[in-house]
Amino acid sequence: METIATENIKLNPKDFASDMDVKWCPGCGDYSILKQVQTVFPDLGVAKENFVFISGIGCSSRFTYYMDTYGMHSIHGRAAAIASGVKAANPELSVWIVSGDGDAMSIGGNHFIHLMRKNFDVNYLMFNNQIYSLTKGQYSPTSEKGKITKTSPYGSIEEPFNPSELALGAKASFVARTQDRDPKHMQMILKRAHQHKGTSFVEVYQNCPVFNDGAFFAFSDKETKKEEAIFLEHGKPLVFGQNDEKAIRLDGLQPVIVDMHKEGVNDLWVHDEKDKTKANIISRFFDSEFNGAHFPRPFGVIYADERPTYEDKMVGQIEEVKIKKSKTPLGKILSGDKTWTIL
Amino acid sequence: METIEKNLEKNTAVKEVDKIVVRFSGDSGDGMQLTGMQFTDTAALLGNDLSTFPDFPSEIRAPIGTVAGVSGFQVHFGSTEIYTPGDQYDVLVAMNAAALKVDLPRLKHGGIIIANAQGFDIKNLKLANYPDGLNPLENGYLGNYIVHKVDITKLTKECLIDSGLGMKEVERSKNMFVLGLLFWMFDKPLDYTIKFINEKFSKKPQIAEANIKTLQAGWNYGENTEIFTTQFKVAPAKLPSGTYRNITGNQATAIGLIAASQKSDLPLFIGSYPITPATDILQELSKYKNNGVKTFQAEDEIAGVCSAIGASYVGNLAVTTTSGPGMALKTEALGLMTILELPLVVVNVQRGGPSTGLPTKTEQADLLMAMHGRHGEAPIPILAATSPSDCFETVFEACKIAVEHMTPVIFLSDGYIANGSEPWRFPNEDAIPRIDAKFLSAIQKEETLLPYKRDENFVRPWIKPGTKNLEHRIGGLEKQNETGNVSYDPINHETMVRLRAAKVKKIEDSIPLLTTDSGNENAKLVVLGWGSTYGSIKTAVKELLNEGYDVAHVHLKYINPFPKNLGGLLHGFDRVLIPEMNSGQLLQLVRAKYLVPAIGYSKVQGLPFTTLELKEKILETLKAI
Repeated sequence: METIATENIKLNPKDFASDMDVKWCPGCGDYSILKQVQTVFPDLGVAKENFVFISGIGCSSRFTYYMDTYGMHSIHGRAAAIASGVKAANPELSVWIVSGDGDAMSIGGNHFIHLMRKNFDVNYLMFNNQIYSLTKGQYSPTSEKGKITKTSPYGSIEEPFNPSELALGAKASFVARTQDRDPKHMQMILKRAHQHKGTSFVEVYQNCPVFNDGAFFAFSDKETKKEEAIFLEHGKPLVFGQNDEKAIRLDGLQPVIVDMHKEGVNDLWVHDEKDKTKANIISRFFDSEFNGAHFPRPFGVIYADERPTYEDKMVGQIEEVKIKKSKTPLGKILSGDKTWTIL
Repeated sequence: METIEKNLEKNTAVKEVDKIVVRFSGDSGDGMQLTGMQFTDTAALLGNDLSTFPDFPSEIRAPIGTVAGVSGFQVHFGSTEIYTPGDQYDVLVAMNAAALKVDLPRLKHGGIIIANAQGFDIKNLKLANYPDGLNPLENGYLGNYIVHKVDITKLTKECLIDSGLGMKEVERSKNMFVLGLLFWMFDKPLDYTIKFINEKFSKKPQIAEANIKTLQAGWNYGENTEIFTTQFKVAPAKLPSGTYRNITGNQATAIGLIAASQKSDLPLFIGSYPITPATDILQELSKYKNNGVKTFQAEDEIAGVCSAIGASYVGNLAVTTTSGPGMALKTEALGLMTILELPLVVVNVQRGGPSTGLPTKTEQADLLMAMHGRHGEAPIPILAATSPSDCFETVFEACKIAVEHMTPVIFLSDGYIANGSEPWRFPNEDAIPRIDAKFLSAIQKEETLLPYKRDENFVRPWIKPGTKNLEHRIGGLEKQNETGNVSYDPINHETMVRLRAAKVKKIEDSIPLLTTDSGNENAKLVVLGWGSTYGSIKTAVKELLNEGYDVAHVHLKYINPFPKNLGGLLHGFDRVLIPEMNSGQLLQLVRAKYLVPAIGYSKVQGLPFTTLELKEKILETLKAI
């Protein structure tokens, strides 16, 4: 991120709160996300006027109105496409897309995959609550199979998307997962997303207390968290379990859960954010059963490897052409190559 | 006007004529578009006025030799003013039987046919579905025409026998033979095309040489054989003095956008998805990286307009280019743009619809979509270009309105003028007006930021993200007047709907009043047109005026808002006739708004009006008054 702070006035989280009343339901996970974003923003080294939020439609997308930055609350599914234009036209801005699971993966699915592929240096926060909330409770493209909702009274027959697997498949250069009930972790991930130069896809598990309450509690409740969630750290082994006694080992391309007390600590899988093949495997710790076992859900940076961004290549190409070929004067553009004169 | 002088060497007659229409017709792979364009360029450089009409199928390579694969290029050039590509042609080049079959109906009686003999062998005749045993080139079948059967394929092969080129490349050169022959027929030099060939094949000198040799061979064939006895001479046109170039509508649109960017000092951003017949504009603009033009080939039509919305938000001159089906996909985003009140130019190069319809053919059937095709009340200014070169001025004007009135603007072109070309007396760059882009960059300390506070034209300020202390949110939810904060207040909503409409209506103060293009303001009958029908109507009305009829021509290019005096002007005529390449869309708008008893004349065939059709309809209408 090359955005330059113009002044060194220290901002604080309150400076990023707009004067609009926040109108999410009481207990909504979005409050936590708003708070964490406002908490980390003063530390990002970006001048306040250079932050831009672009959101789509849905509960999540109201986020834009609550940040005292520049922002556009746009139309359903299109935030990624609008943000592409913002970043292409002005690469100096720090662009944040806020979207939900329906907005990003359903109506905006096409823009989502192409944004990942193009790799603009923007941050994509997808608040995943696995339900359509603003329309009051229909299944979403991330709702689990069999889910009973207003439009699936007999259970959803659809296979849900696995967002991190989808993002990796679409060539995302940064894929991470965090959750509303883990503020410190979310702050760390937000900072990492900002630091990453390229499209940073952050999936935030977000509780909808009204239409899908407790969907992710297993990953944050004290009793279950240690068994159900695994926290990835670059260069550290994949360890989880009630007493941190379990780890994951790769047997060829097959992940295997091992008990370190019984099987020792040799050959454990050490997380390497830049290893795309392994990131692909980690992203698949998703379905309740994978590879014949129940794997914990990964949180943290699953994959991060920088490659040139779209806007840098776009500007770079323009600069390259400009060196080879000077600006064509308007007069020459008007006349073209072949003219004739009538006296 | 015809004068005939004898060419003594070969007994060739040279005929002077005012104007000529030539139709080059062949298989999609025969290079007829290139041949036609080269012929046109030379005619233009020699000072003829002209108008062209490329007419090709949507299939890139339909089965060879079939009627579906026929690709035509029509050029009308003359020593007088030319406004249309011509109803009927004087000369038809038919590279195969299918081409003859498709294009013979519009060849003038007594017209000249140059037929490639090999294209009329048994196989080709069968592919063109001629009845068994019938070869139209034989047995007086084409008795009403002058037929020159030339074995172009064979002559080309003979000419290139030592070229060392493969059979395919040799075959591909046969269009140059035709071009050479036509240059001889119309007494035009080969230099411009030779220069073009040398540039195009600068890295393949062998191919360049072969093409030039074939071109020359075609010319020599006309000069030396006894078959061709007449050369036609079309003197330069007496056009207004100045410097000219030949230009298509799509080129003029691209150039107009670059000019608007320079005259507004705004960077140009194009977010588009390829679609026929608008793709040329994106392609043309993508060449101007040296001028800093940013072209973004988006993942779909929606992303095309949305990326442009993003670019507009941060202060660029933002444009999206498309055609009907893409326009349909962009409508939701245009609603957003209407409520955001940011500048955007949407170029819709109309084609035959609905759905995929006739993608390579022309139509004016998106007018009501441009006018009404959005959810909610979302008025958008509409401008329509009247000719290929007029695309420059009209798209420039669209940019000016968008930027100075903070609104999306729809610019309508269509396949006919987008691909067609004509000479253009291009303006001096200093004569092009400025576009006044104003950004709000600061407010007084005690002042509250009001992003939706309007000036005397109901225009709100443009505030770029990155501007210090002016952080604010905009969005698709209804806004409170002036503050722009979300508001669900009923009265406020109505106020905002009315304000957005008033802003668009206010544009009428800055657009020119309408006058008749030809004829008197109290004529018995006025022909009211819009957009690309200009040339056909102008020609028809001029001819009728010369014949002494009491008619007039009024042409619209500002459609929303209409020029202020349109109603008054129309009420001055006894009858209003509105020809359109749709089922009567302007007709509806005009009748509803001005309560004039206008009559429609529609043609929905994917083809422009012919002068003859219009004249007949005008006379019929006149008689009924």
